[in-house]
Amino acid sequence: MTNHLETSEMLLNMGPQHPSTHGVLRLVLKLDGERVKAVECVIGYLHRGVEKIGENRTYMQFAPYVDRMDYISAVSNGLGYCLAVEQLIGAEAPPRAQIVRVLFAELNRIASHLLWLGTSALDLGAMTALFYTMREREEVLKIFENYCGARLTTHAFRIGGLQYELHDTFEAETRAFSEMFKKRLDEYEKLLTKNPIWVERLKGVGILTAEECKSYAVSGPMLRAAGVNWDLRKAQPYSGYEQFDFEIPVLHGADSYDRYRIRIEEMRQSLRIIDQALERIPSGAIMAKVPKVLKPAPGEVYVSIEAPKGELGYYIVSDGSLHPYRLRVRPPSFVNLASLEKMAVGALVADVVAIIGTIDIVLGEVDR
Amino acid sequence: MPTTYSELYFPVLVQVLFAAVVAASLIGAGLFFGKRNRNSAKDSPYESGMKPVGSARERFSVKFYLVAMLFILFDIEAVFLYPWAVVYRELGIFGFIEMVLFMILVLSGFYFVWKKGALDWTLNPQRKAKDS
Amino acid sequence: MTFETLLPYLMAAIFAMAFPLVTGYLVLVERKILADFQARLGPMRVGPHGLLQPIADALKLILKEDTVPKDADKFLFYLAPLLSVVTAFGSFAVIPISATLRIADLNIGLLLISALAAVGVFGIILGGWSSNSNYSLLGALRGAAQLISYEVALGLSLVTVVMLSGTLSMQGIVEAQFNQRIWFLFGNYGLMLLSFFIFLIAAVAEVNRAPFDLPEAESEIVAGYHTEYSGFRWALYMLAEYTNIFIICAVAATVFFGGWLRPFANIEWLAYPMDAIFPAALLFLSAWGCARMKLFPFTALLGISGLVFLIPAVATALSAPFWFFLKVSAVFYVLIWFRASWPRLRYDQLMDLGWKRLIPLALGALLANAIIGML
Repeated sequence: MTNHLETSEMLLNMGPQHPSTHGVLRLVLKLDGERVKAVECVIGYLHRGVEKIGENRTYMQFAPYVDRMDYISAVSNGLGYCLAVEQLIGAEAPPRAQIVRVLFAELNRIASHLLWLGTSALDLGAMTALFYTMREREEVLKIFENYCGARLTTHAFRIGGLQYELHDTFEAETRAFSEMFKKRLDEYEKLLTKNPIWVERLKGVGILTAEECKSYAVSGPMLRAAGVNWDLRKAQPYSGYEQFDFEIPVLHGADSYDRYRIRIEEMRQSLRIIDQALERIPSGAIMAKVPKVLKPAPGEVYVSIEAPKGELGYYIVSDGSLHPYRLRVRPPSFVNLASLEKMAVGALVADVVAIIGTIDIVLGEVDR
Repeated sequence: MPTTYSELYFPVLVQVLFAAVVAASLIGAGLFFGKRNRNSAKDSPYESGMKPVGSARERFSVKFYLVAMLFILFDIEAVFLYPWAVVYRELGIFGFIEMVLFMILVLSGFYFVWKKGALDWTLNPQRKAKDS
Repeated sequence: MTFETLLPYLMAAIFAMAFPLVTGYLVLVERKILADFQARLGPMRVGPHGLLQPIADALKLILKEDTVPKDADKFLFYLAPLLSVVTAFGSFAVIPISATLRIADLNIGLLLISALAAVGVFGIILGGWSSNSNYSLLGALRGAAQLISYEVALGLSLVTVVMLSGTLSMQGIVEAQFNQRIWFLFGNYGLMLLSFFIFLIAAVAEVNRAPFDLPEAESEIVAGYHTEYSGFRWALYMLAEYTNIFIICAVAATVFFGGWLRPFANIEWLAYPMDAIFPAALLFLSAWGCARMKLFPFTALLGISGLVFLIPAVATALSAPFWFFLKVSAVFYVLIWFRASWPRLRYDQLMDLGWKRLIPLALGALLANAIIGML
C-alpha cells in the first residue's frame, strides 16, 4: 500500500539537550513519519582542545588531561598515554607495574561496560538494569578510590610505572569483587539476554557488516560483533597481555544484539584476566628509571591500546623540547560514531536511540 | 431507586462536573500562585535546546491512516458483539451460528487486509548482515 | 432526600476531591515499589520514609510557572488536559466498591468505561498537536496509533466476560460471579485466563504504561505529548494517567477477580475468617512493618483498625471495600512489576503485537469461549 498524499518531512533536532544522546551529541534527523530519512551528526559541544593543550604542557603535566577524554575509562586513557611516552623515551615499566596496570585496565573495562549496559538499557526503557549495573560499578570505583583517592579521573599511572604501591586491601577487595561479579553477570543475563522485548528491540537493528566496519575503521566490540577477530590485546600485545589466557569473543550478527552479547562476554573474559593477574603479581620496583625532566629525542611514535570502546591511539611527535610538538589522539568513540549514519538511515526514531546506545560513545572523547 | 435514564445518568454527569471543577480550580491555583516570567526563549517549543526548524503543523506522514479506518470497522464489530454476548445464552444455537457467520466474514476481511499488507509497519525493513 | 439518594453525589464529591491526593500517593507507592525492585530506597527525604513527598510535589507544582509555547493553539492547549482528567474521572461513576457503594449502576457500565477511555485519548492527541512542538506531535501520534491498536483487543476480551455474565452492568457482573460461584478469571474451565491475559496486555497499552509507554517515551521523544506542559497543567495529565491506571486495575478486579466479593463468597463458614480475620491479620502485619520502619503512629493506627475489623458488624460493613481495594492494589503491583522488568517496545512492534497477535488471539478466545459456553 502506498501513500498517495503529499506529506512533508519533519526536521527534528535530537540533542544537544536530549535524554538519550549521552551528553551533548546533536543529531539532526529528517523524518518521514517516524522513519529516519537522513541523519546529520553535529559534534563539538564539549570540545576543550585537549590535543592543543598537550602541545603546551610537559609530558608529565599532560598525563592527567587524558583522563578527561573518555572519563568513563580514565585508566585506559592513562595507560595508552603512558605507554606512548615510555616508547618515546625508551623506558619500560617494571613487571610489577605492568601487571598492576593490566589489573586496573581490566577493572576499568568492566566499569565502562557496566555504565554502557545500564545507560543503553535505560534508553530502551529497561530502567532496572541501570541501578544494578551502577551498584556493581560502585565496587570497582571503590577499589580505584582506595588505590589513588580518585574515582573517575583516576590518573592511576605515571610515565615509567606507578605512583603508588598497591594498598594493603587491594587483593582482597578485587577477589571479592570478582567472586561477586560473576554471579551478578548471570543476573543481568537473566534480566535481559532472553527478554523477548529486549531481543526484539536489538536484533537486526543497526547492522554494520564486517566490510562496512573496516571501511569506517570501526574498532572494539562493534567490530567483533561483526565477525572480525581483532583485539589489540591479542593482535599487538602490550603491557604483558601475552602472558594471560583469555579469549576474544566474536559474533557474526553485526547488529546491536550481538554488540550487547560481546560486551557481556568481554566482562567475563576481563574477570578471567583479573583472576590470573591477582595470582601472579610479582614483587619488585613499581617505577622504571625515568629522568625527572622528560626531554625525548626528536622522533614520533604511535601507540594504541584496546580501550573498552575500541582502539585508542596516541600519536606523539617530539621535537626534542619539553613539550610534544604535536599530540594526536585516535579516539574510538569518534571513529565509531562516524558509522551512525550508515546504520540509522531507514531505521525508526526508537532505533536511533538503540544504535547510539550500542555504539557506546562518550562525548568527552568524541569532542576532546 | 432511580427509574428513568436521566435519573440513572445524573450521578455520572455530577461526577464529571466535579472533576471539571476540581481540575479547573487546580489550574486556577497554579495560575494564581505560580510566578510569571516570560521571555522568548522560554516560550519557544522545546527541541533539545535548538531553535525548531519549520512548524510542527506541516502535513505529517502518518502511516496508520489506513489502519485508523480498519480500526473503526473492527471496533464497530466489537460493539456489535456486546449485545449478542449479553443474550447469547437465550439465543442458543441459532444466534451462535449467526454470530459465527458474522465473525467469519469479519475475519476474512481481516485476512484480506493482512495479506494486502495494510498491517505491515516495516515497509523498508532493516538491512540484513550479508557476510555473516 | 434520604441518605441513599445522596450517597452517589457524596461519593462523586469525595472521589473528585480526594483523587488528586490519592494520585500523589499512588506515585509515591509506585516509586517505593519500583525502588524495591531496583535495590534502592526511593524517596526518603520529605517526612519519614518520604511520606510527605506527594504534598511537597503538589506544592512545588502549584508554585511552578505555567508556560504556554508561542504559536500554540491556546484554546486546545488549555482544554486538552482538562479533557483527559474529566474522561478519566467519569469512569469512576460505574465502578462498584461494594453492594451499595457506587455512584451509578448503569446497564452499560462496561461500555461506558471503554467509551470514555476512547475519548480520553483526545486529551493526548489535542495536547500534543496544539503545543506546536515536534516532540509533542510525535507523542500525540503515537498515542493515537496505540489507542487504535489496543482498543479492539480490549473490547473483544471484555466480550467474553459479558458472555458469562449476561450483563454489561459492573454491579451485575459482580453478582453474576457470586451466583455462578466462580471468579470469571477461572470461568469456562480456565479458558477465561486467556481472555484475562489479552485484557491485561491491552489494558497496559491503553493506559500508556511500560512497556507500552511510547507516547511519553522519554529516552526517545523527551516527554512525548506533554513536553510543553508545566506546572499544574502537566500535573493534570499525571492525574489523568494515574486515574486511568486505577480504573483499569479496578475493571480487572471487578470483571475477573470478583470485584468486592471476598474469596469463596458462597461458602458461609468462611465469612468471618475472610471478612474479619484476614483483613485484621493483614493490618497487623502492616502495623508490624511500620514498627520496623519506626513509624509508630502508623503502627498504632493500623493496629487499632485491625482490632476494629475483628468486630463482626464492622467486618461485614467494611470487608467489601477492603477486598476491592486489595484486588486493585494487587493488579497495580503487577503493572509496576511490568515496568521494572521490561524494556519499551518499538512503535511498529507495538502495532504488530496489537493487530497481528492480540486481535486474532482475542477473536479465537471469543469463539472458544462461545463454544464452551454453549455446551
